Amino acid sequence: MEDTGLGLWGVPLAIIGGAIRVSTPFIFVSLGETITERSGRINLGLEGTLVLGAMTAYAVAATTGSTWLGVLAAMFVGSIFGIVHGWICKFPKVNDIAIGIAMMQFGLGLAFFLGKPFIQPIAPKLPSIPLGAWSDTPQVEAALNINVLFFIGAALALVLFWAFRHTRIGLILRVVGDSTDAARAMGIQPDFVRLVATAIGGSLAAIGGAYLSLYYPGSWNEGISSGQGLMAIALVIFARWNPVGCFLAALLFGGAGALGPALQSVGVTQGYYLFYAAPYVLTLIILIMTSSPNRPLIGAPGALSLTKL
Amino acid sequence: MKTIRDSVLPQPGKAVGIETMGMTMRFGAFTALDDVSISIPAGSFHALLGENGAGKSTLVKCIMGFYNASGGSLSVDGREVVIDSPKAAADYGLGMVYQHFTLVSSLTGAENLVISRREVPGVINWAKERTDLASFMERMPFRIPLDRPVRELAAGEKQKLEIVKQLYLGRSFLVLDEPTSVLTPAEADEMLGLVRDLTERKELTVLMISHKFHEVMKFADAVSILRRGKLVGGGKVGELSTAEMAAKMIGDVKLAQLDSRLPVANAARPVLKVEHLKAPDRTGLKTIEIDGLTVCAGEIVGIAGISGNGQKELTEILVGQRPSETGRVVVNGEVYGATRQEARTNNVRFIPEEPLQNACAPKMTVSENLAFRMFDLKMDGRKSIWLSRRQMKSWATTLISDFKVKTASTASPIAALSGGNVQRAVLARELTGKVDLLIVSNPCFGLDFSAVAEIRARIVRARNSGAAVLLLSEDLDELMELSDRIHVMSGGRLVYETPARGADIGIIGAHMAGHH
Repeated sequence: MEDTGLGLWGVPLAIIGGAIRVSTPFIFVSLGETITERSGRINLGLEGTLVLGAMTAYAVAATTGSTWLGVLAAMFVGSIFGIVHGWICKFPKVNDIAIGIAMMQFGLGLAFFLGKPFIQPIAPKLPSIPLGAWSDTPQVEAALNINVLFFIGAALALVLFWAFRHTRIGLILRVVGDSTDAARAMGIQPDFVRLVATAIGGSLAAIGGAYLSLYYPGSWNEGISSGQGLMAIALVIFARWNPVGCFLAALLFGGAGALGPALQSVGVTQGYYLFYAAPYVLTLIILIMTSSPNRPLIGAPGALSLTKL
Repeated sequence: MKTIRDSVLPQPGKAVGIETMGMTMRFGAFTALDDVSISIPAGSFHALLGENGAGKSTLVKCIMGFYNASGGSLSVDGREVVIDSPKAAADYGLGMVYQHFTLVSSLTGAENLVISRREVPGVINWAKERTDLASFMERMPFRIPLDRPVRELAAGEKQKLEIVKQLYLGRSFLVLDEPTSVLTPAEADEMLGLVRDLTERKELTVLMISHKFHEVMKFADAVSILRRGKLVGGGKVGELSTAEMAAKMIGDVKLAQLDSRLPVANAARPVLKVEHLKAPDRTGLKTIEIDGLTVCAGEIVGIAGISGNGQKELTEILVGQRPSETGRVVVNGEVYGATRQEARTNNVRFIPEEPLQNACAPKMTVSENLAFRMFDLKMDGRKSIWLSRRQMKSWATTLISDFKVKTASTASPIAALSGGNVQRAVLARELTGKVDLLIVSNPCFGLDFSAVAEIRARIVRARNSGAAVLLLSEDLDELMELSDRIHVMSGGRLVYETPARGADIGIIGAHMAGHH
């Protein structure tokens, strides 16, 4: 690896490139989960939705030849999964966390079952924007070759941040998430709002899946997700239910995730496996540092079953 | 005047009068409201008095459309109307401020106001809304920060915001359900005075549910008194004395009398000592600092203050729910860490506010809840491994009859009891046996006369039998009645101390409001 001419500079570059590449599914899943949790529901099933979305997008893209049709199909399937979750949870005494875990397993099983025939075929890839074309260094070019979905995710984070404050829908979502009673007193139907919020959350998570199978790593197999759907939920808590925070946290996670491969690429052969665990260690450290036994989680939606425990 | 109004019928900013005729509400065989006819003319300030369960809230809920009355009718401004939902009530300009807050705590004041409107634009133009709100607030008598999340507001500010919200929505008739229970006397006087001004300007009609006679005498034009669902009296305020009103409310029940208090001995032994205590408050932004606080055996030390000034944190530190940074708590001469063992050897008992949430396991039975202090002990005081259901049940039966707790059985969940009876049950558990130190927080919040009288009598009785009592209360009347000494807590510090006898309410109120 000495012929690149970059030497150790390759590490930060690989981390930046990796952060952008790895973070995109985190961005979508965590933004989706932010919407759902802001309405007072937790959907732990997004890991299943993510994998099912990955399978659907790959299958549709491979069959029709259109990646965007694949993404749309994934969003549709994801929203159906969200609706099922939201619909079951509106019944009294149903626990959204338990339903989420069931939906996660169901989504994984369904994806593996329906996805068997699509492990072999090759699907087209999602387009990316070569922002690094000015450079002749292949590493710079590779790092700055950024997928369209990353920009969409970044824009979505800003739009959501704005919408939570400046739109009627945003305020209604926050009212429902904070107090079911207050929402009812205003004539809002909390169950309906939560159903819609869970459906949107599901469809966004499925976009994250589509990115996995259609861009990076860019194929469909049963090991496609390494728990991104679950990590993204921890990320939402760490970002304190703030969409822009989710975006930044996703980048941080992506960067930590790229640490292992980056070290490996510059020839560090010992112990780099340990760095593969960096995102998980980072999660633990950050969650411990930012929580306190003496005060409630600031910014946590009041109607969330997490905050009631 | 500029009001963003979402109701249809009455003119904004013009009071409406209402009248109930033979209003009756039955739940199955039980008649909660029996043929009640009350007339509240436009622009008047009407007080509604009655014990808990007298039918006050049933009457109000019938007016506001939460219940559909079984009989009788309602007219607004002389026209008979049918109000079958809260929405319909809003159409006629009728609004209500509840005892519990209905604001959304994570939203700012401005967001709360705007989202409560019936018509909210899809995209909210905050620049325009802010200007509108500012010009609306200019003619409001209340000053409230609208750009902070409601959870950061003090209880008094929240209460004002609730009233402002109703006026913002253009209501012409307001029901206020015990609106001053969380305010300082000065705040309460100010708030009611401003509301009264609105009624005198004929912009608003008010129906106030209250337990405080001096407020009724000072601000209301007329009263109606309910007992057991019936209208038992009423009239112009000047024509009725407090004693007459009280007699009509209670009927022929005899209230528990306070024991005459034994004087505090000069050499009374200090039981609780708090020294140089320092701890962050709930938000972590402010600090609680108690330099010195002593409570001696046989005295009641009252802590006055508006809620949110650190009283809650202080009790939490004292009973071991919150660690302190520096300083120490000394009970009976030894450092006290509030473990179960220490509480037991020193006979420390605690009655927190909202006892159902803070001192009970709501879904467990009455007898289990009553056994929390002793379930793991045998009769002879040694630790036991196995629970004795029989012993718990007989213990519960004794306490229930001693403290007159009304419950269907010892096996019903404690959450099924009324507020007063939960409070009695917790009192029974905490006050039975030897008590050296009793920490009580807002013991009478939201309870009716007879329950209040009895609970206060129990606390004084505990004091007279030698317990040191620390009483934290937002009700200054209660503190004046029960305490021997009063401290005022403001901004996390004890800022003023005075003997209760001969204390000047004005000075106490000024310290509560932070003028010191």
